[in-house]
Amino acid sequence: MPVNSTHYLFLSLLLFSIGIMGTLMRRNAIIIFMCIELMLNSVNLLLVSFSKLFADPNAQIFVFFIMVVAAAEVAVGLAIIVMMYRKVHSVDINILNRLKH
Amino acid sequence: MNLYDTLFWFLSAVSVGCALGVILSRNPVNSVLFLVLTFVSISGHYILMNAQFLFIVNLIVYTGAIMVLFLFVIMLMNLNADVEPQKGQLVQLAGVVSGGVLFLVLLAAVKTASPVPIDKASIDIGLITNLGKVLFKDFVLPFEISSVLFLSAMIGAVVIGKKEESTPLPSGE
Repeated sequence: MPVNSTHYLFLSLLLFSIGIMGTLMRRNAIIIFMCIELMLNSVNLLLVSFSKLFADPNAQIFVFFIMVVAAAEVAVGLAIIVMMYRKVHSVDINILNRLKH
Repeated sequence: MNLYDTLFWFLSAVSVGCALGVILSRNPVNSVLFLVLTFVSISGHYILMNAQFLFIVNLIVYTGAIMVLFLFVIMLMNLNADVEPQKGQLVQLAGVVSGGVLFLVLLAAVKTASPVPIDKASIDIGLITNLGKVLFKDFVLPFEISSVLFLSAMIGAVVIGKKEESTPLPSGE
């Protein structure tokens, strides 16, 4: 069975679900952040495969912008995590559930 | 089974295996390295679909910049498997079950999608020439706005990450 659009759909779904599972399973804030990156990348993969399918370059420009926003998001998010670590000396999200210290 | 299919199945196996490694390994450094491998295999998918621009951007931005940033932060905090907080077995099982149920629901939703062969589409849409033309003809404004976004993100990261003075400010402030 040659590779078609459904294969890419299933692969992206699987990666996205793994990201969801990781987000729900782990307590380390950095690992949760990494799982969110994994979900973003699975969506990127799906967009690129659809762009290939419909011969539409706009989807690839969209993926480019998603990467731009993800880079900015990672910079700010990691700064927030480092600041929290400096305050409470932990990245455990169960300690960080009060929104103040 | 031709070369395209073989490479697709190989890269998919690497992606899914390394993604499972990300969420299952106890040591955060191992998680980051698994995630780098996942991103490299996704870049392999891009090159397989002849999206050369996104291949190189994904490799440089994600694998080169973002993941090294994660690695730096984890090594800065000196996290390892011993201090890694673990959720209870029940909560972990609930997470796996809800993720799996979401996967099944989405799978059932797209199961009936008609399969379209991926090879028939044109091959030159992912090249830098074509994407550059589209980016600077139709998407100039979002492109410029994203530069403003980067500037504000940079300023925000510096402001948030700045070390606060431990001594209180002198009175009369």
